[in-house]
Amino acid sequence: MNMKSRQRTFMIITILILALFFVFNTLPLIKGVIFSFTNYKGYGAFDFVGLRNYADLFTDSRVGHSYLFTFKFAILATILINVISLILALALNAKIRFKSALRGMYFIPNILGALVIGYIFNYIFTYIIPALFHSESILANARWAWIAVVIVCVWQSVAMTTIIYISGLQTVPSDVYEAGALDGATGWKQFRHLTLPLILPFVTTNMVLSLKNSLMVFDQIVALTQGGPAQSTESISFLIYNNGLSGGQFGFQSANAVLFFIVIVVFSTFQMKFLGGKEEQL
Amino acid sequence: MNQTKRVKERFNNPVTVLLIIGLFTIIFPLYMTVVIALKQPSEMTNTLSGILSLPKHPSFSNFVEAIRVTHFWSSIGNSLIITVATVVLCVILHSLLGYVIGRNMSNSKFYKSAYFYVVSGMFVPFAVLMMPLIKQTSQMHISNVFGVIVLYVVFYMPMNTMLYAGYLRNIPLALEEAATVDGATSWQTYWKVIFPIMKPMHATVAILTALAVWNDVMTPLVIMNGSGMTTLPVAQMTFQTQFGTNYNLAFASYLLALLPMLIFYIIMQKQIMSGVVNGAVK
Repeated sequence: MNMKSRQRTFMIITILILALFFVFNTLPLIKGVIFSFTNYKGYGAFDFVGLRNYADLFTDSRVGHSYLFTFKFAILATILINVISLILALALNAKIRFKSALRGMYFIPNILGALVIGYIFNYIFTYIIPALFHSESILANARWAWIAVVIVCVWQSVAMTTIIYISGLQTVPSDVYEAGALDGATGWKQFRHLTLPLILPFVTTNMVLSLKNSLMVFDQIVALTQGGPAQSTESISFLIYNNGLSGGQFGFQSANAVLFFIVIVVFSTFQMKFLGGKEEQL
Repeated sequence: MNQTKRVKERFNNPVTVLLIIGLFTIIFPLYMTVVIALKQPSEMTNTLSGILSLPKHPSFSNFVEAIRVTHFWSSIGNSLIITVATVVLCVILHSLLGYVIGRNMSNSKFYKSAYFYVVSGMFVPFAVLMMPLIKQTSQMHISNVFGVIVLYVVFYMPMNTMLYAGYLRNIPLALEEAATVDGATSWQTYWKVIFPIMKPMHATVAILTALAVWNDVMTPLVIMNGSGMTTLPVAQMTFQTQFGTNYNLAFASYLLALLPMLIFYIIMQKQIMSGVVNGAVK
C-alpha cells in the first residue's frame, strides 16, 4: 500500500513537470519545424511551401555568410579560450603569492553581463585603440571586425574555462610529477606527457562548453557590431533574431533555426565522441 | 634533504609578477568604466589622457541622471524578481524531478526515458525556440515577467535535473528506507531527509542559475518586448539611443548594471567559484 501510494506521488509529480517542459520546450520546437515549411511572415495568412525554405537556405548568400562567420568565429574563439585558459590555469596553480586573490580577480569577467561588457569594449575599440595607434576603428572594418568579437568573447570566457582547468590540475597527484621528474620529465615534457593526458577529461568538457557557447554568440554582436559592417559579423542567432522577428522571414528563419539546431547536435556529439575516444586510448 | 625542501617551498616570483601584469587586461576596462562614469563630457577631451585620467571633480550626477533615464529601480526590481523566483522554483522543482528520476531510472523504463527526454533539451538553442515562443507566450497572455520566469524554469531544467540526479547517486537509499520504517510518508521523507541532504547541490544550482538568468538578454528582450517592462541588461540596450554621444551618462549606467553582480561576487566569491566548477565538471 505504502509502496503504491509512493509510486503514484512520484508519477504525478514527474508528469506535471514533464508537461511544463513539453509546453515550453518541445511544443515550440515542433511549431518551429512546422513553420519552417511555410512562407509565414510573422503576421497574416500563410501557405505551406514544402522544402523550399530549406532549398533556399543553401543558396541564400546572407545565410551562408552567417554560417561561415559563426564557424570561423567559434573555432578561433574555442582554440584561443582553451590555450589561454590552460596557460593561465597552470600559472594560477603554481606556487605563487596572493594565489586566492589572483584567482578571484581573474574570475571576474565570468560574472559580468556580456551585453554591458560588449558596450564597454565597443568604446575601447572605437576610441581608445584608434587613439593609441592612430588607426581606424577595427569595428568599422568589414574584414577585421570579427576579430574584435573574438577578443571580447575570449576575454570573458577565459575566466570560466580557467577555473575548470585549475580544478582539473588539482586532481593530478603530486607524486606523479615527482616520479616523472626522476625520469627527466620537466617543463614542456612534463606538461605534454604527464599533465595533459591526466586532465584530458577537463579538456573535453571545456572544448565542448566553449564551442557550444561560441556557436550561439549573440549579446556581443548586439553590443559591438549589430552584425556589421556590411553584414560581416552576423552570427546565426543574430540573423534569426533580426530577420525572423522584424524582417518578415518568420518561416524562412524557422528553417534556418532548425538547421542551426541540427548543427549544434552534430557538433556536440561529434566533439564528445572524438575527444572522448582519445581519452580512452591513454 | 632540508635544502631541497626549502627550494620547494619557495614562491614562484616570476609567475606571480606575470600574473599581476596580466591583471591589467581585467582591470583596465573596469577602471575606464569608473573614471568615465565619474566625469562630465567637458572633461573628456579627445585625447587618451582626457579619457583615462582620474576625474578632477568626481561627480555622481551621471548616476542620478542614469537612474532616471533608464528607470533603474524598475528594471533592477524586475531583474531581482525574475532571478529570485527562477532560482527558488528551480531548486524546488528540479531537485524534486532529479530525485524522482534519479531514484527510479535504473528500474523503470518510464523514468529512464523521462530522463533522456529532459536532458536532450540541453541541445536546443534558444534561437530555435524563440520565434514560436514569442507567439505562444503572447497567446497565453504571459509576455511579461511571469512568462520569462516560466521559460527559465524550463530552459534550465535539463542541466539542473542532470546535476541533481547525478548527485543522488552518492546518497544511500538506506536513508529513505529508515524514514519509511519510522512511518514517514514519501512526501515527508523527501522534504525532511533528502532535500536537506542535497544542500551542496542546491548551492551549485542556485548560483549557476542566478548568474545565467541575471545576465541573460535574449529571453527578456524578445518575450517582454512591448510589455513596457525591462530587465537591467535589456535596459542598457533599449536606452542606447537616449545616451546618444553622452558616454559619461552611458558608462554610469553600465557601471550601475555591473555593480549588483560585482557586490554579490565579492560577498559570495568562494561559493560562486566552487558552484561554477561543480556544475561544469559533474
